[in-house]
Amino acid sequence: MSWALLIAQIQFLPDQASKMAGRVDLLFIYLIAITGTVTLAVAGVTLFFLAKYRRNAAADRSPPASSSLPVEITWSVIPLVIFIALFGFGAKIYFRESVDPRDALEVHVIGKQWMWKLEHLQGKREINELHVPLDQTVKLVMTSQDVIHSFFLPSFRIKEDVLPGRYTTQWFTPQKVGTFPIFCAQYCGTNHALMIGQVVVLDAADFAAWLRTGRETASVAQRGEQLFHSLGCSGCHSPQAAVRAPLLEGLYGSRVPLTDGRIVNADMRYIRDCILLPKTEIVSGFDPVMPSFQDRVSEDELFALITYIKSIGSPQPEVTVPDR
Amino acid sequence: MPPVLQIIDLKDSQATRSYLTKQTLRSWLLTTDHKRVGLLYLYTIIVFFAVAASAAAVMRLNLLTPRGDLVQAETYNKLFTMHGVLMVWFFLIPSIPSVLGNFLLPLMLGARDLAFPKLNLLSWYIFVFGGGIALYALLIGGVDTGWTFYTPYSSTYSNSHVALMAAGVFVAGFSSILTGLNFIVTTHKLRAPGLTWFRLRLFVWSLYATSVILVLATPVLAMTLTLMALERIWKVGVFDPALGGDPLLFQHLFWFYSHPAVYIMILPGMGVVSELIAAFSRKRVFGYTFVAFSSLAIALLGFLVWGHHMFVSSQSVFAGVIFSFLSFLVAIPSAIKVFNWTATLYRGSISLDTPMLYAIGFIGLFTIGGMTGLFLATLAVDVHVHDTYFVIAHFHYIMVGGMVMAFMGGLHFWWPKISGRMYPELLGKMTAIVTFLGFNLTFFPQFILGYLGMPRRYHAYPEQFQVYNVLSTAGASILGLGYVLPLCYLIWSCCYGKPAGNNPWGAKGFEWETTSPPPSENFEKPPVQTEEAYAYPVPSSEPITE
Ligand code: HEC
Ligand SMILES: [Cu+2]
Ligand SMILES: [Cu+2]
Repeated sequence: MSWALLIAQIQFLPDQASKMAGRVDLLFIYLIAITGTVTLAVAGVTLFFLAKYRRNAAADRSPPASSSLPVEITWSVIPLVIFIALFGFGAKIYFRESVDPRDALEVHVIGKQWMWKLEHLQGKREINELHVPLDQTVKLVMTSQDVIHSFFLPSFRIKEDVLPGRYTTQWFTPQKVGTFPIFCAQYCGTNHALMIGQVVVLDAADFAAWLRTGRETASVAQRGEQLFHSLGCSGCHSPQAAVRAPLLEGLYGSRVPLTDGRIVNADMRYIRDCILLPKTEIVSGFDPVMPSFQDRVSEDELFALITYIKSIGSPQPEVTVPDR
Repeated sequence: MPPVLQIIDLKDSQATRSYLTKQTLRSWLLTTDHKRVGLLYLYTIIVFFAVAASAAAVMRLNLLTPRGDLVQAETYNKLFTMHGVLMVWFFLIPSIPSVLGNFLLPLMLGARDLAFPKLNLLSWYIFVFGGGIALYALLIGGVDTGWTFYTPYSSTYSNSHVALMAAGVFVAGFSSILTGLNFIVTTHKLRAPGLTWFRLRLFVWSLYATSVILVLATPVLAMTLTLMALERIWKVGVFDPALGGDPLLFQHLFWFYSHPAVYIMILPGMGVVSELIAAFSRKRVFGYTFVAFSSLAIALLGFLVWGHHMFVSSQSVFAGVIFSFLSFLVAIPSAIKVFNWTATLYRGSISLDTPMLYAIGFIGLFTIGGMTGLFLATLAVDVHVHDTYFVIAHFHYIMVGGMVMAFMGGLHFWWPKISGRMYPELLGKMTAIVTFLGFNLTFFPQFILGYLGMPRRYHAYPEQFQVYNVLSTAGASILGLGYVLPLCYLIWSCCYGKPAGNNPWGAKGFEWETTSPPPSENFEKPPVQTEEAYAYPVPSSEPITE
C-alpha cells in the first residue's frame, strides 16, 4: 500500500450510524476537552517552573510553604466535582443502553469459535452478516456455544460479551444506510481476529425485499413448535397428558412460585434452565419428573423452543417483522 | 588525621570493604546481603524483559500489514500471552520493589539489612524457580490464553500449556508475598533512631503501600489460578458453564487481584519520582503527608474497583454504576500526587540531569495514562472502547510510560551508589529523550485506533487501521533503542565510568552518607535522623553554574 493511500485513511472517529453513537462521541469529546486542558495546564506549569527555576538562572527562591491544607483541598475537590459530572453523564447514557427497548426487532446471535450465527424471528438465518432495516430498533439476544466472545459494533458504539450458558442482550437503532463492521472483541482463541462480519442497514423496502429472497423458511416459533412435539415436551405439557406438568401457555413473563418458596420471573434465563437443569428450580405443586435436555438440544433449538413458549404466552404474540 | 591521609584511608576502605568486593559465584548465590539480592533480581528481570520485549517486537512487525503476514495467528496469540505474562509478573511487579526496593530500603532506613535476610534470598530463588517454569512452558510450545487466562477458554478449550504457565505464576506469587512481608516488618522494626514515620522517605511510604497490596492480593491470584488449573486437569466445575460453573466468577476473582496489581506496578514508580523531584529541585516534596497518604489511599481504594474491567461482561447495571464511581474516586489520590510534584518545582533549584528527565517524562506520560483512565471509568465510553487498542494504549502509558520511566530514572539516580561509578551523562540525557519520543509515537496512535474500533489481540485487521499501526511500529523501533542504549552504557560504566563519590547529586538521605558502593554492613556507624526528610538548605537565588 502506498503512502498516499495510507494517509488517505487518517480519520479520528468511526462512522456514526446511530443517535447513540452521536451521544457517546459527544461525551468522548467533552472528556478530551477537559482532560486535555488539565494535561496541557500541568505540562505548561511544569515547563514554566523548569525554565524559571533552573539552577543556573537567577530567580526568587525564598522558601514557600512546604505544605498547605487549603491548596490540597482545592486541587482535590475541583477534580472531584468534574469527575462526578463525567460519571453522571456516562452513567446516564449507560442506563439508556441498558433498558429493554420496546417494539424492537429481535435477532438471535450465537457465537462460536470463530463465527457469528444470526437468526431473524421470521426464520431467516445469516452467518457473519446481519441485515437490518433503517430506523427500526434491533434487539440482539446473544449466547455462545463455547467460550466467551463479545459482539462489538463500533459504528453504533456498543458491545456486550457473549457468554456460554446465559443470554445477554444489547440493542441499537440504525440511522444510516450502509455496511458497518462487526468485530469479536473478547479474545476467543486462534482465529479471534477472523471472527468479524458486517451489519447491512437497508431501508424498509429493501429490507422487506431481502427477507423474501432465498428459500421459504419456517419461523423460529414454528420450528420451536415442531421441536416441542418431536422432543416429547407436549407429551407432558398438554392438557391431555398423563403426567401432571404445568401448562406453558401464558408462562412467559409471569411470576412462578417454586417449591423452595422463591418466586421467580419466567424470563428466557428461567425457561432455558428449566429445559437444561430442571432439577434446580421446581415449580411449586409439581413433582420433579422433567428430564434434562442438556445434551439433546443445541443453542439454536433452545432459542426456537423458548421463542415458541414465548409466542403461546404473551397476549399479543411478539411477531416481529415490521411490515413497512 | 591530615586530610590527605583521610582520603587515602577512605579509598582503602572502599576498595576492601564494599559489598561488591568479593566476587565468587558462591558469594553471590549464597548472599544474604539485600544489595546483592537486589542485583540478582536486576539481572533476572533484565532477561525476562528482553524476552518479553522481543515478543512485542515481533508482534509490532506482524501488525505492519493488515493481513498479519509475518507470523501465524496461533503464534501471534502465543506471543502476546508471553509478552503479557512475562512483563506483568516477571518484570513489572518485581522491577522497582525487588531491585531498587531491596537495594535501598535498608539504606534509607539506616538499617544493616532487611528484617529477614535469608527469607529475602529465598524470595529470589522462588522467583527464579517460578520464572523457570514459565520459560519452560514457553519453550515446549507456549500458551495462547492471554495473560488474563479467561475461562472457559483457558480451563477447557485451549490446547496449550496453560496449567504449567499458571504454576509458574503461582510460584512466583510466593516470592511477591515474602518480599512484601519482609518490607513491612523492616519498615516497622528497623528504622534508625530519630526516623519517625513522618520523617520516612516517600519512596519508603510507597514501598510500604505496595507491600500491603502484595501481601493481601497475591493469595487471591494463587487461589484463582489453582481453581482454573483444577478445572482444566480434573474437570472440577468452577468456571465452565458446561461443568456447572460460572465464567464470570473467574473474572471477578482475577480482577480482584489484578486491579490492585496495577497499583503494585505503579506505586513504587511514584515513590521513585518523589525522590527524584526532591533531589533535583533541592526541595522537600510539597505536601509530604498528602503524597504519603495518597499512596495508602490508592492501595486501599484499589481493592474496590475491579468491576471496571467488566462493564460489558453482563455484570448488573447497578454494579457497573458503583464500580464506575469508585474508579473515578481512585483517580483523586493520583491527581494529588501529580499536582504536588509540580508544586515542588516552584522556587526550587532545578537541574535537568538524566534521572530528572526521566521523572519529568514520567509525570507527562503518567498524566496522559491517568486521564485516559477516566475515559475508561466513564461507563458509556468504556462500552465502546473496552477490549480495544484504547485500553492497550492507556495501560502502556501507565506501565511503560509510568513504571518503566520511573525504573530507568531510579536506576540512573542510584547507579552511582550501586556501582560506585557514573554513567555518561550526555548519552543518558539523549536516551531519556529518545525513550520519551519513541514511547509516544508507539502508543499515542493506539488511542485513535482503539476509538476507531480496532479490538485488541487481533493478529490481522481490516485495512482502514493500517496507517496507525505503521506509526506505532515505527515508534516501537525508536523505543527499542531507548532500552538497548542504557544496557550498553551502564555496563560500560561499571569498568570505565568515573568514580562517583559518596553523593554525586548532593542529595539528602542516609544512602548518600555512606560510601559508593556501600560496605556490606551499609554504614560505618549506625546513622541517626535528626531532621525532616528532604531538609535541603534554602537554595541561593543567584545562578549557580557548575
Ligand atoms: C416427563 C414429563 C416432562 C417432559 C417430557 C417435559 N417436561 Fe417440562 N416439566 C415437567 C414437570 C413435571 C414440570 C414441573 C416441575 C418442574 O419445574 O420441574 C415441568 C416444568 C417445565 C417448565 C417450567 C414451567 C413453569 O410453569 O414454570 C418449562 C418451561 C418446561 N417444563 C419446558 C419443557 C420443555 C421445553 C420440554 C421439552 C424439551 C419439557 N418441558 C419436557 C414435565 C416434563
Ligand atoms: Cu473473539
Ligand atoms: Cu483496573
